[in-house]
Amino acid sequence: MTNAQDLTHLTAAQMADGLAAGDFTSVELTQAHLDRISRLNPVLNAFLQVDIDGALATAADIDSRRAAGEVLPRLAGVPIAVKDIACTQGIPTTAGSRTLEGWIPPYDATIVTRLKEAGMPILGKTNMDEFAMGSSTEHSAFGPTRNPWDLDRIPGGSGGGSSAAVAAFLAPLAIGSDTGGSIRQPGAVTGTVGAKPTYGGVSRYGVIALASSLDQIGPCARTVTDAALLHEVIGGHDPMDSTSIDAPVPPVVEASANRDLAGLRIGIVTELTGDGYQAGVQARFDESVELLRNAGAEIVEVSCPHFDYAMAAYYLILPSEASSNLARYDAMRYGLRVSPDGVDSPSAEQVMAASRDAGFGDEVKRRIILGTYALSSGYYDAYYGQAQKVRTLIARDFEAAFEQADVLISPTAPTTAFKIGDKLEDPMAMYLNDIATIPANLAGIPGLSLPSGVADEDGLPVGIQILAPATQDQRMYAVGAALEALLAEQWGGSGSVLDRAPEVTTGPAPAQSTEEMA
Amino acid sequence: MSNLSRDDVAHVAMLARIQLTDDELDRLAGQLDQIVDWVGQVNEVAAAEVPPMSHPLPLTNVTRPDEVRPSLTAEQALANAPEAELDRFSVPRILDEE
Repeated sequence: MTNAQDLTHLTAAQMADGLAAGDFTSVELTQAHLDRISRLNPVLNAFLQVDIDGALATAADIDSRRAAGEVLPRLAGVPIAVKDIACTQGIPTTAGSRTLEGWIPPYDATIVTRLKEAGMPILGKTNMDEFAMGSSTEHSAFGPTRNPWDLDRIPGGSGGGSSAAVAAFLAPLAIGSDTGGSIRQPGAVTGTVGAKPTYGGVSRYGVIALASSLDQIGPCARTVTDAALLHEVIGGHDPMDSTSIDAPVPPVVEASANRDLAGLRIGIVTELTGDGYQAGVQARFDESVELLRNAGAEIVEVSCPHFDYAMAAYYLILPSEASSNLARYDAMRYGLRVSPDGVDSPSAEQVMAASRDAGFGDEVKRRIILGTYALSSGYYDAYYGQAQKVRTLIARDFEAAFEQADVLISPTAPTTAFKIGDKLEDPMAMYLNDIATIPANLAGIPGLSLPSGVADEDGLPVGIQILAPATQDQRMYAVGAALEALLAEQWGGSGSVLDRAPEVTTGPAPAQSTEEMA
Repeated sequence: MSNLSRDDVAHVAMLARIQLTDDELDRLAGQLDQIVDWVGQVNEVAAAEVPPMSHPLPLTNVTRPDEVRPSLTAEQALANAPEAELDRFSVPRILDEE
């Protein structure tokens, strides 16, 4: 009999195998995670909601079906955390916003339905930047999530709750959403794996919308194989999402068994390395490049000149789409409703404006105002219209690059995790965290981040990003899995960078209680 | 090219139905002016002949047979309403009281 600590430290694939072999039950496995959550979540604030009863009920159901000899899906009984951006029937869903505090969705997102069909106990909902706007999870209305590597640092964002939960072994797997890097950058700064599938590869029905031409749901995990296993569960066509690709899920699980890099052409994107990247980030990247080269890959350098304008284009397109999507929070049918001060019998419009002021945080207001401005008459051509043209040029840069290389690589984020509070008052410094991840969202191509080691100067984890052409998601898993194996061989131990993370302590929480952050 | 004044920000905020307080205007106006200036960089790119890209995939209209499917009950739809009355959403007045 394995002890509870050992159970939470297995990979999802090992958990699935152990359940299938009868080494432990899903109730034991789920309870071990719930115990760890109850001990560590008060420190980390990774979960906004924990569904103890629901998770244990699913686990017990899977155990009895397995005992009865039923053939179950591979991940049946393996627990999972879900970012609070996906609707879960009966479990509050807030998207990290005051405006949705206490809102209980009347239906499940398609991905949640698929997790349930796969028999995966849902542990709870993870913290995030409000409406997924941010790179640190500090913009959550419910307080920041802390990085398990250093509690004074950010776990990335917007999916910092999911990345912290996976890195601290509160959950083996989590759902993330990636509009400009919100799966990959949190993965990089917590020493975990995160994948953004091809745009349209995973259903978004029932997922709270940020920017509809950029948003994509994907897996968070501790290994490339685990990410692929989850990708396979949630991926594939959904008639309820008009942007869903009507084709089978790419063979990502098969690809994650790959160890062969011979003859593969790997492109380094000139514009995504060098200046602006922290020394330790660049050093770990260069090391991975050497490993790939020594394993027989052909390394080429490719230039994507318009990437220099990707950030500016993104910060026009995203706010424009967000300003439209977030118009639904009008205080009429659901969400926070407050009346303006000092107005007798206020109109619907006055109530709406007062409610949106009270319900939204600063970053959401900044982006809604920016988007409204970019779309307004007289400015449309110079801002939103021009950004869409630049977007075309970025997609063309990718097309040209993929003629020279099978996959592209770069560091995932320019720096390791920064300190909580450091960039909160400087929106543009915060935006620059996504400089390497944003181009993929603009073009709709898939990207995966995996740990490439820790930076010498601060001992914090670093990620490497692998990008593949649209619908060729399996390529990034194949290269990611092979590189992961090469790095594991070099590192020894369990082969995971998380071996080097300190054990999270449950002493007094560092400064700033969650209430004060509101 | 930008010069987004405090009044401009207040005006755009009202278009977006956000009633900013004076403190918020003080805080956000300067930041927004800086951000608008920065995103204006897209105009350095010569793109007159480039078609705009609204979406990463070619979009086609998706239809389904016009058949009734299961949907929310009135009770479910109203469960999260700030106010409900007679199986309907109850909202503040729309018109002036005159």
